Amino acid sequence: MSKLNELNIASARDGLARGDFSAAELAEVYIQAIQGGRDMNAYITETPDVALERARESDARRAKGDAMGAMDGIPIAMKDLFCTEGVLTTAGSHILDGFVPPYESTVSANLRSAGAVMLGKSNLDEFAMGSANITSYYGPVKNPWKATSGPDQGKDLVPGGSSGGSAAAVAGGLAMAATGTDTGGSIRQPASFCGIVGLKPTYGRCSRWGVVAFASSLDQAGPMTKTVQDAAIMLGAMAGHDPKDSTSAPLPVPNFEALLTGNVKGLTIGIPKEYKMDGMDPEIQALWDQGIAWLKDAGCTIKEVSLPHTKYALATYYIVAPAEASANLARYDGVRYGLRVPGDSLDDMYMNTRGAGFGEEVQRRILIGTYALSSGYYDAYYIKAQKVRTLISNDFKTAFESVDAILTPTAPSAAFALGEKQEDPVAMYLNDVFTVPTSLAGLPGMSVPAGFSSTGLPLGLQVIGRSFDEGTVLNVGAALEKAAGLNLKAVTGASS
Amino acid sequence: MSYILKGETGDWEVVIGLEVHCQVISNAKLFSGAATNFGAEPNTQVSLVDAAMPGMLPVINEQCVRQAIKTGLGLKAKINTKSVFARKNYFYADLPQGYQISQADQPIVGPGTIILDLADGTSREVGIERLHLEQDAGKSLHDQDPTRTFIDLNRTGVALMEIVSDPDMRSPEEAGAYLRKLRSIVRYLETCDGNMDQGSMRCDLNVSVRPVGSTELRTRAETKNVNSVRFAMQAIEYEAARQVAIYDAGGEVVQETRLFDSQKGVTRSMRSKEHAHDYRYFPDPDLLPLVFSDDLVAEIKATLPELPDERKDRYINVFGLSPYDAGVLVAEKDTAMYFEAVAEGRDAKMAANWVINNLFAVLSDRGVGISDSPISAADLGKLLGLIADETISTKIAKDVFEAMLETGDSPEKIVEDKGLKQITDTGAIEAAVDAAIAAGATQVAQYKGGNEKILGWFVGQVMKSTQGKANPGQVNKLLKDKLDS
Repeated sequence: MSKLNELNIASARDGLARGDFSAAELAEVYIQAIQGGRDMNAYITETPDVALERARESDARRAKGDAMGAMDGIPIAMKDLFCTEGVLTTAGSHILDGFVPPYESTVSANLRSAGAVMLGKSNLDEFAMGSANITSYYGPVKNPWKATSGPDQGKDLVPGGSSGGSAAAVAGGLAMAATGTDTGGSIRQPASFCGIVGLKPTYGRCSRWGVVAFASSLDQAGPMTKTVQDAAIMLGAMAGHDPKDSTSAPLPVPNFEALLTGNVKGLTIGIPKEYKMDGMDPEIQALWDQGIAWLKDAGCTIKEVSLPHTKYALATYYIVAPAEASANLARYDGVRYGLRVPGDSLDDMYMNTRGAGFGEEVQRRILIGTYALSSGYYDAYYIKAQKVRTLISNDFKTAFESVDAILTPTAPSAAFALGEKQEDPVAMYLNDVFTVPTSLAGLPGMSVPAGFSSTGLPLGLQVIGRSFDEGTVLNVGAALEKAAGLNLKAVTGASS
Repeated sequence: MSYILKGETGDWEVVIGLEVHCQVISNAKLFSGAATNFGAEPNTQVSLVDAAMPGMLPVINEQCVRQAIKTGLGLKAKINTKSVFARKNYFYADLPQGYQISQADQPIVGPGTIILDLADGTSREVGIERLHLEQDAGKSLHDQDPTRTFIDLNRTGVALMEIVSDPDMRSPEEAGAYLRKLRSIVRYLETCDGNMDQGSMRCDLNVSVRPVGSTELRTRAETKNVNSVRFAMQAIEYEAARQVAIYDAGGEVVQETRLFDSQKGVTRSMRSKEHAHDYRYFPDPDLLPLVFSDDLVAEIKATLPELPDERKDRYINVFGLSPYDAGVLVAEKDTAMYFEAVAEGRDAKMAANWVINNLFAVLSDRGVGISDSPISAADLGKLLGLIADETISTKIAKDVFEAMLETGDSPEKIVEDKGLKQITDTGAIEAAVDAAIAAGATQVAQYKGGNEKILGWFVGQVMKSTQGKANPGQVNKLLKDKLDS
């Protein structure tokens, strides 16, 4: 039983089906692990009662032989950006103090319909703005991995962000899988830092309804799992057209697990030359080269492609995302819910509430976005950024005329120590240099653990696919996963 | 009709453009399923989307789009089959999202025209620049508590059509005519109830002045949220005079937002340009561009009712009414429907006369609208029928009309009860005529002497003896026959 929290979705599904253990037992194991792993700070709100109740419902369904969902009895963490009915939802922000939604987000509702058991609400960067999970009002999350050598040896490391709590929980055995959201890399980069699989689906694949908005044209929910197969299973349970989200794609959800053939023979894999940046960490370059070699061995054709506007992607992202955020976060005004800090006038109340309720990084992005949309600057910033965004999107379209998937590193480094890069926002923003272009183009991207740094930390590779072609992304990811054959049990004291 | 302001430095004309917000008639709000009934208890018609709860997303209401297209067609305007919703950002306690979803540079309806019917019977065309869809804000209630402001979100998110005119109007009267005509059109179309007193139609006035003969557009002041036609005309009058006085004194008009104080009949500065909001418009990323087919436009066009301009033409060309009478009758849809019910199968000119000259006087005396008319169209029609079939004379009909007002009875009943049926029996009339001639030897002599006007005296006598019920035509004929013989 002590090994139950080392199972993944697919193996637990088999164990539950065989009756080796019950969903309630599984939930209990995770509830214990979460209590023992609080030092990681992976959860903002633990929901053991909800978990046990849903696990028992799952067991009851199974006993009666009722229709099983794809995730029946599977214990997961829910990023605290998803509104959950009757359960505190914070977005990692002080400004949502005490906010208990009277509604359930579409994605979390879909997962619940598939039988998933929610263990709690996982920590994140405030309003998903960050790449190290250090902007959360509820404190930083610790990466369950520790460097085995080097200057960071023994130090607490960041899990990446913004879905840092989800990534740490999965890597540290505090959840079998977790939901994440990705705006510029918030699923993929923490997945890379924590040695798990993180899939950002095509924009429009998962409903945004009930997900606290950061940047509406970029936000997308996705699975964070131990294996590629798990990602396929969980994405199937999360995805689907939602009439309540006008940007949700009216497309049927394929059986992603069935699309996982393991065969990538004959696929052409693009290697974008612009991603070979000056000053790139040789370890990252080596990992990338290794990934290329594995795919070649698996029967893929490797082709260099050009994504010429890559160098503008980060700048473009840091106009578009803050611009949208500046409007999306206007609703947190102290009038109707969450924090209110009184003032002598309405304007004073706004300033007091928003000044106290938003952290530094969120305030910075609201200011950037407000500036970029201001009269006199709109054309130079926002409009220009939209044009560049189109060019970036066109780069990918052109590339995908000759390749089936694109392989890149996920992040420019392994996890770094807590406290590093905190003073320099731009250094922090560079974490997303490889993931942001995919987000701007709305394409699916997945980080798959592919190796370790010289200091013993996990590193991921990113597979990018055509719009709504998560199937190919998953297949290429599975090939990398198989070739790498990593033992990904986090080297940590946090989980047993 | 020109409206010239005599300033110390010369003659000035006023340049007026109007922005009118029309609340769309729809069951649900522009982007949420919440109801839109007027006068509901505060905060009872609020969805999660309207309250801007975290993670809530707008979904366009097709009914509102159809209404906007219909209104655009009614304004003879260009319909844009692709338009874009944008966020207009500002903070206010009754604006939960912190932005209003509106349309900026790509509105659903482009240029159109509206024809003004002026008091002197002439017409004048005013350009429509655009119509766009947007969300209404909620209401801040400042008078419920000495220190606090209460918020009612019932109106939040209700669909508005903002209809922007070109700066084509040159007098308060034209602005008034514009508002009345626009209200008439949206009421005919049933896209907005046009009730300015309930706030479902509100007007912002853009007013500037310039020396007569000049074609420049000078700095304008915008007077916001004027809620009646009369107030709009008053505000323009005040604004024009204020601006002329400023120029006369060597000053400059500043671009600013003003409010109209209906108690004092003045406009007052609300905020200057320096304090103007920077709305930071940008396309709403929660919504895809609004795209529809030409087929949808054609389908809606096929359902358009007859609009006031076409109806007026028909009244003139088919019914033979004067342009003035036709204009008066079509101005309000309810009046036109009333008139047509009266005129159905009868003499339309006669019906128009009765409605305009008799009924309108009564309505105006009683201060009620046509929908509250004390006499139904059916009864007025019957009264006209009684005249037409010579059951009563026109003169008697006026008495019957008065009796209908007093009693609410049908004209047939009144004629029957009071015995007002016209006497057409030649024998009875002849007897009365003979009696009148016998009694008026002096008058007969005058008539014979060439004073034909004295015939009226005989008619009066006959009418007196028959209580006015003798058929006037027959009386006249008999009198003439007998006196001339």
